Amino acid sequence: MGSSEAPASRRAEEWRRQRERQDRAARIAAICFVVAIVAALALFVVYVTGGQTQLEGVLLAVAFGAVGAGLAVWVRRIIGPREVVEERYPMRSPQETRDEFEAAYHDALGEATTTGRRRFLLRLLGGAGASLGLALLVPFRSLGPTPQDEMFTTTWREGVRLADTEGREIQAADISPDEVITVFPADAIDDPSAQAILVGTREGQLEPDALPGATVEGMVCYSKICTHAGCPVGLYRAAAGELLCPCHQSTFDVHRAAAVVSGPAGRGLPQLPIGTDDEGYLIALGDFSEPVGPSFWNLTHDAPGT
Amino acid sequence: MSSSQKARQSPVDDLARWLDDRLRLAEGGRKYLHKAFPAHWSFLLGEIALFSLIVLFATGVFLALFYVPDHRLVVYDGPYVPLQGQEISAAYESTLRLSFEVRAGLLMRQIHHWAALVFVAAIVVHMLRVFFTGAFRRPRELNWVIGLALLLLAIVAGFTGYSLPDDLLSGTGLRIGYSVLLSVPFVGPLLGFIGLGGEYPGTDTLGRLYLMHVLIIPAGLVGLVTAHLVILMRQKHTQKPGGRARQHNVVGEPLFPNQVMTSLSLFAFTVAVLALLGGLFEINPLWLYGPYEPFEVFAPMQPDWYMGWLEGLMRLWPAWEWTMFGVTIPAIFLPGVVVPGVLFGLAFAWPWIDRRWIARDEREHHLLVRPRDNPLRTGIGVAGITFVALITLAGSNDVIASDLGMGLQTLTWWLRVLTVVLPPLAGWVAYRIAASLGTGGAEDADPASPGGDDEGDAAAPESLETGSDSPAGEGAARS
Repeated sequence: MGSSEAPASRRAEEWRRQRERQDRAARIAAICFVVAIVAALALFVVYVTGGQTQLEGVLLAVAFGAVGAGLAVWVRRIIGPREVVEERYPMRSPQETRDEFEAAYHDALGEATTTGRRRFLLRLLGGAGASLGLALLVPFRSLGPTPQDEMFTTTWREGVRLADTEGREIQAADISPDEVITVFPADAIDDPSAQAILVGTREGQLEPDALPGATVEGMVCYSKICTHAGCPVGLYRAAAGELLCPCHQSTFDVHRAAAVVSGPAGRGLPQLPIGTDDEGYLIALGDFSEPVGPSFWNLTHDAPGT
Repeated sequence: MSSSQKARQSPVDDLARWLDDRLRLAEGGRKYLHKAFPAHWSFLLGEIALFSLIVLFATGVFLALFYVPDHRLVVYDGPYVPLQGQEISAAYESTLRLSFEVRAGLLMRQIHHWAALVFVAAIVVHMLRVFFTGAFRRPRELNWVIGLALLLLAIVAGFTGYSLPDDLLSGTGLRIGYSVLLSVPFVGPLLGFIGLGGEYPGTDTLGRLYLMHVLIIPAGLVGLVTAHLVILMRQKHTQKPGGRARQHNVVGEPLFPNQVMTSLSLFAFTVAVLALLGGLFEINPLWLYGPYEPFEVFAPMQPDWYMGWLEGLMRLWPAWEWTMFGVTIPAIFLPGVVVPGVLFGLAFAWPWIDRRWIARDEREHHLLVRPRDNPLRTGIGVAGITFVALITLAGSNDVIASDLGMGLQTLTWWLRVLTVVLPPLAGWVAYRIAASLGTGGAEDADPASPGGDDEGDAAAPESLETGSDSPAGEGAARS
């Protein structure tokens, strides 16, 4: 009597414990969902009363997080892990099925397979497809113009005055040594490919032999577009006389024709030859010494127009 | 009895019956209730990517309602004082309005940006799991290729997305992208002009990027994700060996209710984390950068993390620019086009490289291996991770140099040496560790189905069962 009762009571005990665990889990899940409701309503109130980014984010996170936690407790603790086993078959169809399909396919092609007509027609159809493909490429060509001179030239011309980004024309006395200023043609302010940087250097620092173009009283002017990936060469280390591109850190020596000192750029910055006009304003004496910007396949190292 | 009959009269059951009357769903749907999902956390990484994508779509639609893809200049008169009175593009103005004036606009924008970072990260981690456990092996080569295409699309989606606001950072990134296009020999300038509608910066750029970002790329993402999931259903999940798991079965939790609730829970947690990030952690504060001006720039400047490897390659690559027969190969052509192309090409080809040279195994596999079970693959994987990690670090070389108090050029040289030396070294160490751990009888747990050869006859399920019970090591795989 006692021996048969013991397992039964143990089972009952286990069952009771499991029920208790599930009840506890259900309470936790319920709390989670209540938290989600409260957070969502609070989010609604915050939003209606004007909104506040941080509070919105936190409340949204609490609402979704509580739903996630409630679901996790529900599936892990109340439903509990279950295991099912599915059969799997090789992906390849059984050989008979393949054979049947092939037979049916060739059957469906009918008499066309037995004559030379099919091959002939298929070739023509292929030709029609290829021709159509070619014709349909043309609209894509409309997406942009053919690259012309703009790859090689800029709006700088002989006699054009240098002006800063505000359009103010510049006199030689405006630039002191170690100073740099972004300049444009006075008649094309903000023209992206004409952007240039005017550098004031100390006496004797410039190496005129290295420079392809003219300078004015220790002032030298280079294209501001990096020859590597086209970023503006915007940083100047006056002590070293180096222009630095912040994108990939190409460094150019302003004293020696802006040759590459270090970094990944493949060629130096093109120089803009400068002079002064009768009124003392700085002018360009022509276009840059070679095409500006990142290199491209048919780049020439001559000054545009020569 | 009475309670179950009551349950059957619920509106949900009525709807189910109504649908079954018209679509014959019960017949095919019955087995999906008990579709087996192998239970392991590492099988949920792809789901995190999927849920991030859902968040991206939801927040993206909201952003699209306010964003204006227009270069035309307007005078800013919004609440952000430092920019008041400045002429800025309508695109930048609309992004500022979204950030400062639209209720929950900043939250949506920041969640969107964070979700993009998490999306790519989840894809990458998922891909690494698939790589190191050999889940890409036959018959799953297709899903490996689709997964990589998704990674590519995700990166392009991210780049087109952060180029839209027309702030100084986005404009500079776009400028670099255009320069990379330009560097392609013979067709580069034409590609650049066709891509942007003329010389950079053009006036058509934002409209085109916007169309790519909200229509073409999402369409590709939806199509490829669908294909990825359909193929996954068709081929069923891979599983870790052990317990009742065999080559010829799938052991796991039933789709309903366990997996459905687990996935819903994970979805809610993903949204929660993204909401917390978007609410509390500022990302891309584009009002600080100011509007894009082609002649302005600031430093330091870093792209989003998933572009870091490209940026790093371009920073590390030596200044090699050649002119041969009048044709210049620009300095950025190799690091900007060729090397990334080779890297992705190798990754796309990996299942075939692996079956030919690494595992030398062309059979069908449904049981996963541990990294130690194939030391060569593990070594190559670790070398690849090390290389990509190093070039990603190099994408922030200016910040690292100033943090370490080190010269930028010194650091760059170190990084150049390390990217050559460290990956093989790390790969070799990983290979040695994996080899020394040994397979521990894993060959027995990694039987392949017979008949997997191209020439071989298809195996009937019966023969497959016999085959899976007999141990078949890697060595026995070649036939």
